Amino acid sequence: MPAPSQQSDVRGEGYALPPGFSLRETRADGSQEYFLNMGPQHPSTHGVLKLVVRLDGETVVEVVPHLGFIHRAIEKMGENETFVQYIHLTDRMDYLSSHINNLCVCMAIEKAMGIGVPERGEYIRVVVSELQRIQSHLLWWGAFGMDLGAVSAFLYGFKEREKITALFEELCGARLTMNFFRPGGSNADVPENFPARVKEILEDLKFSLDEFDVLVSKNPIIRERTLGVGALPRERAINYGCSGPVGRASGIDFDVRKHDPYSVYDRFQFDVPLGKHGDCYDRYMVRMQEMRESIRILEQAMASFPGGQYRSKEKPAYKVPAGSYYANVETARGLYATYMVSDNSFKPYRIKSRSPNLSNLSAINEMSQGGKIADLVAILSTLDLIIPDIDR
Amino acid sequence: MEGEMPQPAASAPDAGTPIMPGDGKPSLRRFLGDAVNMFKGMGVTFRYIRKPSRVVTREYPENRETLKFPERFRGQVIMPHDANGDHTCTACTLCEKACPNGSISILTTKNTASKRVLGAFVYRLSSCTLCNLCIEACPFDAIHMGAGFEMASYSREPLDLILNKKEGR
Amino acid sequence: MKAYAVNHPIGDMIRGMLPAPWAAAANGALAVGLIAGLVTVMAIFLIWLERKVCAHFQARLGPTRVGPFGLLQPIADAIKLLMKENLRPRGVDNLAYFLAPLLPITGSFLVLAVMPFDHDLQVVDLPAGVVYVVAVSGLGILGILIGGWGSNNKYSLLGSMRSGAQLFSYELSLVLCMLLIVMASGSASLREIVLAQQGTVLDWWIFKLPVAGLLAFALFMISSTAELNRGPLDLSEAESELTGGFHTEYAGISFSMFFLAEFVNMFASAGLGATFFLGGFLAPRFGVPPLDWALALLPGVVWFFVKVFALIFLYMWFRWTFPRLRIDHLLSLEWKFLLPVSLANLLLAATLITFKWMLP
Repeated sequence: MPAPSQQSDVRGEGYALPPGFSLRETRADGSQEYFLNMGPQHPSTHGVLKLVVRLDGETVVEVVPHLGFIHRAIEKMGENETFVQYIHLTDRMDYLSSHINNLCVCMAIEKAMGIGVPERGEYIRVVVSELQRIQSHLLWWGAFGMDLGAVSAFLYGFKEREKITALFEELCGARLTMNFFRPGGSNADVPENFPARVKEILEDLKFSLDEFDVLVSKNPIIRERTLGVGALPRERAINYGCSGPVGRASGIDFDVRKHDPYSVYDRFQFDVPLGKHGDCYDRYMVRMQEMRESIRILEQAMASFPGGQYRSKEKPAYKVPAGSYYANVETARGLYATYMVSDNSFKPYRIKSRSPNLSNLSAINEMSQGGKIADLVAILSTLDLIIPDIDR
Repeated sequence: MEGEMPQPAASAPDAGTPIMPGDGKPSLRRFLGDAVNMFKGMGVTFRYIRKPSRVVTREYPENRETLKFPERFRGQVIMPHDANGDHTCTACTLCEKACPNGSISILTTKNTASKRVLGAFVYRLSSCTLCNLCIEACPFDAIHMGAGFEMASYSREPLDLILNKKEGR
Repeated sequence: MKAYAVNHPIGDMIRGMLPAPWAAAANGALAVGLIAGLVTVMAIFLIWLERKVCAHFQARLGPTRVGPFGLLQPIADAIKLLMKENLRPRGVDNLAYFLAPLLPITGSFLVLAVMPFDHDLQVVDLPAGVVYVVAVSGLGILGILIGGWGSNNKYSLLGSMRSGAQLFSYELSLVLCMLLIVMASGSASLREIVLAQQGTVLDWWIFKLPVAGLLAFALFMISSTAELNRGPLDLSEAESELTGGFHTEYAGISFSMFFLAEFVNMFASAGLGATFFLGGFLAPRFGVPPLDWALALLPGVVWFFVKVFALIFLYMWFRWTFPRLRIDHLLSLEWKFLLPVSLANLLLAATLITFKWMLP
């Protein structure tokens, strides 16, 4: 039997090996490895990520991610936009953490120009960031359920997320691409009924999280599918630069909110949940507990929600002095950082975003080797990748 | 944050111990506990089918009349006109400068008093990202974000809008 | 092998009017027509029911637009599927690719031929009906296997190989459950099995054999879910892993044949479950004279459908609650757990039957 690459004209498209990819020789028993293109259109890659998987039967031998299907050159575009205009582009990277991405750019500009934020503004930032984190995790929970075959979970997750999304719509007029934070605070004050709405959502959420636990967390099929699957040891996770829930599930006690506190996170009591083995189950449990920790933060913040100004005095134009500036935040997926270089003008000379998803994705080959295709799907799901954030 | 990664704190909650009935080894207790948990899971889905009031679906084209938008809803940009058909735009071009993608072009003209006034407020909806920056930039409250969201069209031409109804101020 | 007589009034009337060979042909044509009508109506109704039930499990409404309560939605879907081009991807094995969609629907069609819908409402009552059911339901597996093999797609191939492993394994515990019922009833004819359950509700095989009946019912439900390729055991389809499994490459009428067969199979399987465990077409009796009299007013065919739909709801409930198993877990569940339990259960049931340790 000729090698698959030579018969592409006979057997149709999709049989030519992707570049940089080779299969082992046919073995003595006549069996052969083969490759499978998962994506760019595949239900469980949640976007246009292409995974070229080398398979031995149903066992995964190697996974090679192919990126760039949704590359929009956001960083290059940023060089042609003013600092404030760049904020709205970060919505389109990790679209489930858009508030938090906005916040990171704002913090870098504030650092550069020495802009302070009033206390109410800081509280709004923390509350909105934590709501965003819960909203993102709820969507992840639903998608996780769907990837593992529990389709109802997908709708339940979205049903809860919708409440927070509706609140964001009242807060800033948008549901996904928020563009809400500005240097020195936010673009508007919270609506009058905001604290009451947050409390209502938190009460609903506590009930729903218990329901989610019964439906998915305690389900033995989920446990069998995730326990010990896709384990990533702590050292390897550090080497790959994994952060966020993926890193914490591997036992890296690193959370920007705790260890490099920004905004007013240092005023609140919360814990950083940690896993032990870095398998899919740990990643799942870390995220579930993170939602509960976020509820804790929100309850404390709403109890001491201050009055006053929501934004320090707005500048007519943001001319950033020459130099390089760095700010980092903890998004729902990990460490997000903005590094901007300014040449004392209204537009950045260079702006760079450090996205958590690219680093988290890089570990996928090591995690999924030796597992089944179904394990690869579970791993992809618990990595919680946002493809536009990988490509930018 | 310089230096090495912080070591796990003693107080950190543990997410690495699986929730499972029994002591983690295959046993009858674990089996029965798992079976009970599966039935409880079926109870969760059954609670939804029992209570039709938990349905969250809203049927869209039928409820178009009763759709409520939040005050700050960001739909397409509109220019409010008063009873006489006048707007408050002075053609200062601040919105044009604030727009990140060049969706707004202010074409000016001169009125009879040879004063620079607004000729046409060209708004290209097809390239607009609804980011709200032009509304923030406007010092005269001349433009707003409307509640329009049914913006689909078969070609690009209907998406190039002129927002002012008449020239000048 | 001689079939028992099925003496439905209409069949007898035709036999009285026509000479024997013509009457047999007319009755056969009538039966085929009725079964074909039932298959179509059931498939369309079950597709609607699945969508509605699934929607309400998920806090949604389901189809509402086409017809009252969206009842005509499956018909609209069917028209759409018929109008679509019947695609033939490059490099497929023509015979296998186009033959495969016909086999599952044929299998379920043939199973319905021995299904006792009422006392005398049955196409043919074979003395070895259970053996026949097991034999013809294998056609469905064959359809999935050659469809996945013939469509020149690695996802399809993976799906069909999975389903081959899965269906052949689960056939074992399914057959052992059926064997238990045959042993208890003393007959392999489906009608005889139903008639052996006459009496009160406690005489149904699910309750009559203490423990063994209930266990057999649970085993039947699990293994028939696997046989039906439905969630949580829908590994050959596995939407989130294999995009569509064995029917990834199918479109239009070929796809709709697979789709139809899935639902007709579910109906046939629930019918078998009702026949084996829930007294088939017999009205439930509780030993309370007025209540029993009232319940017996409804004809047997209504009771049959009530029981079938109860089981179908159970299948749907499973599907929309549980996540999917992994292929190796699925096989070890069968070979390490269900099969030994089925064998032990068979032994237990044999003991109970031998010593007459049954409910009165």
